[in-house]
Amino acid sequence: MRILFFIIRFFVLFMMNAYSFAQVTENPIDYPPHAESLLAPHPFIAQQSTKNSGAKRIVALGGGVTEIIFALEQQARLVGIDHSSLYPPDAQRIQSVGYYRNVPIEGVLRLKPDLVIASEQAGPTHSLKHLSSSGIRIEVVSDQPELSSLYKRIMQIAQILGVPERGQLLCDSIEFQLNKSYQYDHQRESVMMIVMRSGKLLGAGRDTAAAKIIDLAFLNNTLNDVKGYRAISAEIVSARMPQSIIITSLSVQSLGGMHAVAQHPALSSSTAARDGRLIELDDLLAQSLGPRLPTAIEIIRRGVVAQ
Amino acid sequence: MRKPPLSYPLGLTILSMLLLFLMTGSIINGAYHIDFFRTINFISIQPDALDEISRNVLFNIRLPRVLLGILTGSALGVSGAVMQALFRNPLAEPGLVGLSAGASLGAVLAIVMTSSGLLMISISAFICSIATTYTCYLLGRFSNSNSSMVLAGIAINAIVFSIVGLITLNANDAQLRDLTFWNMGSLSAANWQILSLLFPVVMLGIIFLLTRWRLLNAMLLGEREAQHLGFALKSLRRQLILFVALAVAPLVAVTGGIGFVGLVMPHLIRMWLGADHRWVLPASALAGASAITLADWLARVLIAPAELPIGILTSLVGGPFFIWLLIRGHTR
Repeated sequence: MRILFFIIRFFVLFMMNAYSFAQVTENPIDYPPHAESLLAPHPFIAQQSTKNSGAKRIVALGGGVTEIIFALEQQARLVGIDHSSLYPPDAQRIQSVGYYRNVPIEGVLRLKPDLVIASEQAGPTHSLKHLSSSGIRIEVVSDQPELSSLYKRIMQIAQILGVPERGQLLCDSIEFQLNKSYQYDHQRESVMMIVMRSGKLLGAGRDTAAAKIIDLAFLNNTLNDVKGYRAISAEIVSARMPQSIIITSLSVQSLGGMHAVAQHPALSSSTAARDGRLIELDDLLAQSLGPRLPTAIEIIRRGVVAQ
Repeated sequence: MRKPPLSYPLGLTILSMLLLFLMTGSIINGAYHIDFFRTINFISIQPDALDEISRNVLFNIRLPRVLLGILTGSALGVSGAVMQALFRNPLAEPGLVGLSAGASLGAVLAIVMTSSGLLMISISAFICSIATTYTCYLLGRFSNSNSSMVLAGIAINAIVFSIVGLITLNANDAQLRDLTFWNMGSLSAANWQILSLLFPVVMLGIIFLLTRWRLLNAMLLGEREAQHLGFALKSLRRQLILFVALAVAPLVAVTGGIGFVGLVMPHLIRMWLGADHRWVLPASALAGASAITLADWLARVLIAPAELPIGILTSLVGGPFFIWLLIRGHTR
C-alpha cells in the first residue's frame, strides 16, 4: 500500500515537473552579458550581508517569498512554507504551515525556525506578534502586484539571507529580459485576460497582477474600466473586441483543451478566436509578479504576434 | 414524562469529567511539542523545567485558546437549548434571530470597506449582530405569537445574506480569502486581553439563561399554558433574547462562524437526559464546551503544522454522529 502511494506520489511530482518544464524551460533565464561583473557586491550591501546570513531554519510565508528563495538557491535552509507556495514544484516537499493570511502560531513554532520571512500580506497581525514575542526573528518583505515591489522583495530577501549579490544578479537578469520586450512594436494591441474554470466567465480588470503583466507586455487591457477579477457576460467579449484573448491553463483544462476553448459560444465569435489568437498562460504566471515575469510576458508576446 | 436513562446529577458529573479530560488533553497536546512530565514538573515544583518558548506557548497561546473554546461552547450550548425551548422549534438556534448573519455582515463590512485588523472586525461584527437581532425582535413584537418572530428571523437572515453577497462582489482576492476563513470560524484569535473583555459579559448572559429554566419548562406545555401559569411571556421573551444576544454576539464576533454546536448539543442532551430544563441547560453548556474543546484540539493537531478551521470540524464530526443517534433512536 505504502509502495503504491510512493509510486503515485513520484508520478505526480514527475508530471508536475514535466509540466512546468514544458511551460518554462523554453525560455531559460538569460543572464546579461556583463553578469560576471555584477557578482562583485555593492559596498553597502556587503556590510549588511555579514550580519544577516546566519539563519538555518527558515519559514517562508507567501508564494512570492518562497519562489524568490528558490530562485536565489537558498531552499536548503527552508523548513516551512505556506499553502500559496505552489511554485516551484520542489517546494511541495517542504512542510506547509497553512495559508499565509491565516498563520497558525503553534504550527510555525513547531518547526523551530530561527527566521520567518513573511510577505506584507501575511497575517493575522496577532499571530505574527505572538511569534515575535516568542523570540523568533520576523522579517516582512514587500509584496504588491508592482514591478518595483518585485525588485524590492528580491533585494530584501537576498539581504536577509546574506546573498545580496545573487539578488542583484536576479534583478538584473529580470530587467535585462524585460528590456528585450521594448523591441516590440509600440502600437499597443488590445487583449483580454479571462479565467473560466467553473463555467463562469471571469475577466481581469485593473489592479490585478494579470493587468500589470499585460501592461508590461506593452498591450492594452480591454477591461481596464473594472477593478479586480469580475464576472463578465459573454457579450462583453464580443463588444470589447480584444485582438487577443489570454486564458489560463486550468481554464483550458477544465474546458477540455484549446480546441474546445475556440468553440466555446462566448469566445467563438470573437476576433481573437477567429484569428487564432487565443493565448494559454499558466495560472501561477498570470496571478503574481514573480521572478518568472519575463517568461509570462514572453508567452503573451509570442501569442500576440502569431499570424 | 419518560424516565431518563441516567439520573440528572450523574449525567452532569459525567459531562464535567469529560470536559475536564478534554481540557487537560488539549492543553498538554498541541502542534508544538511540550514534554508531558516536564509540564507536570513545572506546575508542581520546578519553575525552570520549561524553556521560554514552551511557557509562552502553554500560557499565552494554548490556555487562553482552550478557555475561549469552553466559553464559546457553553454559550452556544445554553443559547441553543433556550432558543429551542422558547420557540418550541427543534430547528431553532442562536443564528435564527440573526446573530450569526449580523456578525457576518459586520465582518464583511470591516474586511471589505476598511483594511483593518481583528479588533475592528470584532467590533463591527458585534454591533451588526446586535442590530440584526434587535430588528428581528422588533418585527416579531407586532404579533403575540413566537412563530412570527421565527418568520421575521428567516426573512432578516435572507436579506442580510444578500447584502453580504452584494458587498462581497466588491472584495478583492485577498479579502475574499479572509472572508472565507472568517466564516469557517477559528479560536486562534484568543489571548488574555480578549478573554478578559468577553468573560464578564458572556458569563452574565449564561448565568441569567441558566436561571430561567422554570419558564422554559412551562413553555414545553405551550405558549398559552405558560401564560396561564403566570409567566409574563412578552417581557420574558425580550429578556431571554437579550441575554442570548449578550452571550453569543461577542463570541461570534471574535471566533467567526462556528455552526452546529448550538443546534445539536441540546438535542443530544434531551435524548440522553430528558427534557427538564433545570438540567438540560447546564448539561448543554458542558456538552457544548466539550464539543468545541475537542474540535479545536483536533483542528490544531490533525494536519499540524497547519490548522483546520474549527467550524468545519464541528459539523464534519458532529453531523454523522447526530445522524447515527437519530437512526438508533428510531430502531430502538
